[in-house]
Amino acid sequence: MNWNKKDLLGLEELSKEELEHILATAESFKEVSTREIKKVPALRGKTVVNLFYEPSTRTRVSFEVAAKRLSADVINIATETSSVKKGETLIDTGRNIQALKADIIVMRHNYSGAAVMLARHVDISVVNAGDGWHEHPTQALLDIFTLKEKLGRIEGLQVAIVGDIAHSRVARSNIWGLTKLGAEVTVCAPKILIPPGIEEMGAKVSLNINEALKNADAVNVLRMQFERDELNAFPKQLEYFKEFGITKERLKEAKKGIVVMHPGPINRGVEMSSEVADGANSVILEQVTNGIAVRMAVLFLVAQARDINANTH
Amino acid sequence: MQILIKGGRVVDPANNIDGIFDILVENSKIAKVAKNIKDEAKLVIDAADKIVLPGLVDMHVHLREPGREDKETVESGTMAAARGGVTTLLAMPNTFPAIDSAENVSLLKEIIKNSAKVNVLICGAISRQRLGKELTDIAGLRSAGVVVISDDGSSVDDQALLLEALKKANQEDVLVSSHCEDKSLSGNGVVNRGFNATRLGLRGISKESEYLRVERDIELAEKSGTRMHIAHVSCSESVEIIAKAKKKGVKVTSEAAPHHFALNEEAVLGYDTNMKMNPPLRSKQDVEAIKKGLKSGVIDAIASDHAPHTENEKDIEFDRAEFGVIGLETELSVAITELVEKDVLDWKKLVEKMSYNPAKILGIAKGALGVGSDADIVIIDPSKEWLVKKEDFLSKSKNSAFIGKKLKGVVEYTFCSGKIIYKAKE
Amino acid sequence: MREKAKILDPEAINRAMMRIAHEILEKNKGTESLCIIGIRNRGAYLAQRLAERIKKIDAADVPVGVLDITLYRDDLTLIASQPVVHKTEINFDISDKNLILVDDVLYSGRTIRAALDALVDFGRPKSIQLAVLIDRGHRELPIRADYVGKNIPTAQTETVEVRLHECDDKDEVVIIEK
Repeated sequence: MNWNKKDLLGLEELSKEELEHILATAESFKEVSTREIKKVPALRGKTVVNLFYEPSTRTRVSFEVAAKRLSADVINIATETSSVKKGETLIDTGRNIQALKADIIVMRHNYSGAAVMLARHVDISVVNAGDGWHEHPTQALLDIFTLKEKLGRIEGLQVAIVGDIAHSRVARSNIWGLTKLGAEVTVCAPKILIPPGIEEMGAKVSLNINEALKNADAVNVLRMQFERDELNAFPKQLEYFKEFGITKERLKEAKKGIVVMHPGPINRGVEMSSEVADGANSVILEQVTNGIAVRMAVLFLVAQARDINANTH
Repeated sequence: MQILIKGGRVVDPANNIDGIFDILVENSKIAKVAKNIKDEAKLVIDAADKIVLPGLVDMHVHLREPGREDKETVESGTMAAARGGVTTLLAMPNTFPAIDSAENVSLLKEIIKNSAKVNVLICGAISRQRLGKELTDIAGLRSAGVVVISDDGSSVDDQALLLEALKKANQEDVLVSSHCEDKSLSGNGVVNRGFNATRLGLRGISKESEYLRVERDIELAEKSGTRMHIAHVSCSESVEIIAKAKKKGVKVTSEAAPHHFALNEEAVLGYDTNMKMNPPLRSKQDVEAIKKGLKSGVIDAIASDHAPHTENEKDIEFDRAEFGVIGLETELSVAITELVEKDVLDWKKLVEKMSYNPAKILGIAKGALGVGSDADIVIIDPSKEWLVKKEDFLSKSKNSAFIGKKLKGVVEYTFCSGKIIYKAKE
Repeated sequence: MREKAKILDPEAINRAMMRIAHEILEKNKGTESLCIIGIRNRGAYLAQRLAERIKKIDAADVPVGVLDITLYRDDLTLIASQPVVHKTEINFDISDKNLILVDDVLYSGRTIRAALDALVDFGRPKSIQLAVLIDRGHRELPIRADYVGKNIPTAQTETVEVRLHECDDKDEVVIIEK
C-alpha cells in the first residue's frame, strides 16, 4: 500500500488499509526505541514544529521524543489560548511556520476543526495532536496499537469507552478507528455526556457501567474534566466514581484479562481506582511507550508522502 | 426616456400574467404592457427567450452601515442587490449605532439618499440597542419612516416586553419581524445539533431553540392581534407551527433563506465557515420541509438574510467565525436552481415568493408590473448557467455559501424606477 | 521490459553460496565471534542460507540478524513507490564480532552505506565484511565486497533481479532490459 496523505487530521478520513499501514509501520518503529542508540536518521534535516494552543505535556513530549528519534529538529511553540484573540490568526501563524521552511506542524488546538483549516492553508504537513472535541488521531492509534499488541487482533473485539464521550476527541477517534478495523464499540457515560447521533458513528450506547463491561475485551477510560461548564449539572466526583468508576470489584465481574486503558493523566479515585490503574489489567504505561512508535510512524509517513508528492509534481 | 422591452416572457402574478409581452417604460413608470408595442423608444431591449419579472423585494438584508463599513455599505450592498435583481430591500437594524431612535433613522435615511442604488426600507429595533431591556419609541420610529421593527440577530427574551412592543406595533401598524431563537437553548452552538455536530466535535444548536420561540411569538402575536413575520425559518417543526397558526387565522407570515432550502448540514463537514450561519443549516428532512412550506404557501417569502462579514472574521477557527453569509447576488439563481428547476415552484409562484408577497407583507406598492407601477424590472436568462466566483461579488464581503457552485439563471438587466442599475457583462 | 539473460540457475546459486561459506570460514579462521546480518529482503534469506551452509561445514551455530535500512536511505525521496518500513531483528550484541553483512546485489553501494550507518548504531563490531551474490559494478561510493558469488558486467539501463524460493518461488538470477 502507498501512503500519500501529507497530513493526518483524523481517523474518520482514513481507510482500513491506511489504518493498518500506520499500525504496521509503527510496529517496525517500536524496535528503534529498544536500541541502545534510539535514533535513526530517517528525518534528518527535517524540522518539526509542535504548535500547542492548549497545554499538554504528555502529547507534546511524546511527539518531541518521536521526532527526535527520527533525527528531526524540533521546535516547540506554546501559545496561550487567551492570547489567540489578540494575536495573529492561525492561518498567519501557519504561513509563518511554513516560511521558516519547517516540514511538519504538529498542532494541538482547543477548537474543533483547527487542524483541518490549517492544513487547507499550508503546503507543509499537518499532524493533528487533538482539536477541540473533534479528533485525536494519534492517541486512538496508540490505543489501538496497544490493544492489538495485547490481544493479537482488533477484528471482532468488544471495546467499551467510558467517560465524558460528549467532549472527547479521544472517544471520537477511537470509535472511527476501532469500527473501521472491525471492533464493536460501546460508549458508556451518564446520559448528559452522550452526544446526539453517536450511534450513527457506529457505537452502541450504554448508561450502565456493569452492562458495558460485561462482554468487553477492553475498556478505554477517559479523563473526566469536572471543571467544564457542562459538567456543573453533574453530581460530585465521588458520585461519578460510585456509578461509573472502574474498580477491582467491577473488573471481577468482567471478562478475565480485560485490558484497561487510559489516555492519561489519570484522576485516581475518579475514573478508576488506584488498584486498577496499577493492576495487572492496566496497560497505561505501555500506551505511553507505544505512543512514541505510533507518532514516529505518522511523522515518517506524512513527511515521505510530502517529499514524494513534491518530486512527482 | 422611453425603454421598450420586447418579446420577453413576462411573469407578473399581481396582474395574473404569464406570457410573451412587450413592456414600455416611460420615465420611472411602466406605461404599457401589451403584445407588439409599436411605440418609438430610445432604447429597445430584445428580451426574446428571456424572462421579465418585477424587481425582487428582499425583506431581510444587513447593509452594515452605519458602523461596519468594512463589511458592507449602503452603496456596495445595494450594488450587490442590483446584480441579484433585487430592487427593494429591508435594511435590518443591527448596525452601530442600532436603528433604535428617530435620529438614527434619519442618519440612515441620509446615507440611503446619498448612496443607495435600489429602494431601501428601514427596519427599526424593538428594544434600545437591541438589548431586549427597554422598548424603543415605536411611534417615533414609525413617523421617522420605519415600516418594520425587529431585534434581528437576537430574540426578545422578555415576554412582557415583547407583548408591549406588539401592542404598540399594532397601534402604529408596524410589522414585527421575529428572529426566533431561545439563547438559553442554543447556547454557544455553531451547527445543527445531531450526528453531524457530534462527528465534527462542534456544539449543536437544537431545533427546539428555534421552534419553541416561533410558538411563543405566534402566541403573543395572536394575543395582541398584531401582524407578525417569522424570519429565516429553518426547521420542519417551525413550518408546522406556522401552518397551524395560519389555519387558525393568526396574522402571521414567514420567510426562508435560500441556504436553508439549498443546503443541508452536511455542507459543514470540512469546517467551511461560509456554511456557518444562524439558524444553522439543518437536516435533509428540514430542507424538504422548507421546500414543502414554500410550495404550500406556509412560507410566504424568500429573503436572503444577506449577512456580510470580512475575511478576517471568517477565515478563522469555526467556533470563532461570525455567523452569516451573503446572499443578495445569488438568491434568485439559487431559487431558480433549487425550486423552479426541481419543480417545487413554477415561475409565477417564484415571483410571488421573491417579489409580490414580500411587497404585500411590507405594505408597499412594489412587486407588480402593471401599468402605472414603478418600473422596477428584472430581465433574466433562465437557461444560462453561471459559476459563482468569489472575485465577481459586488458586495464588499465574499462570504457566500455558494462559491464554486453552478447556478441556473442569470440576471441580464435590473431596472429601478426606469433606470438601468445593472447590466450583465457580455 | 524484457528478460535478457539468465545468469544463475539454482545449482549455480547453491554452489556460489557454498563457496562463500568456505571463504568466510577460511578468512575468519572458524566461527568464533562470527555473526551474519542480512539486509532485507533478499539479503536476509541469503544470510540464513549462509548460516546453514556454515553449520554443515563447521557444525556451529552462527547468530543471524535481519537489518532493515529504509530509515537510513539517502534516496527516500527519489523512488517512485514508497518503501515499507520493516522491523530490524538483531537479537544479539554485535560488539567485537566479525560481522558478515549480506545482500543480494551490489550496485551503487548506497544500500551498503546505509547498512553501515545502521550497524554503527547497534554497536562496534571488530570488523564488517561484505558478502553479495552478485556484483554488477557501477559503484558510486568507495565500497567493495569481500565475498562475491558472481561478477556480472551490466549496462546501467539493465537491472539484475535475484529471485529466491523463500519469496519468489524459485531460485534464479536474471538480467532485465528496460
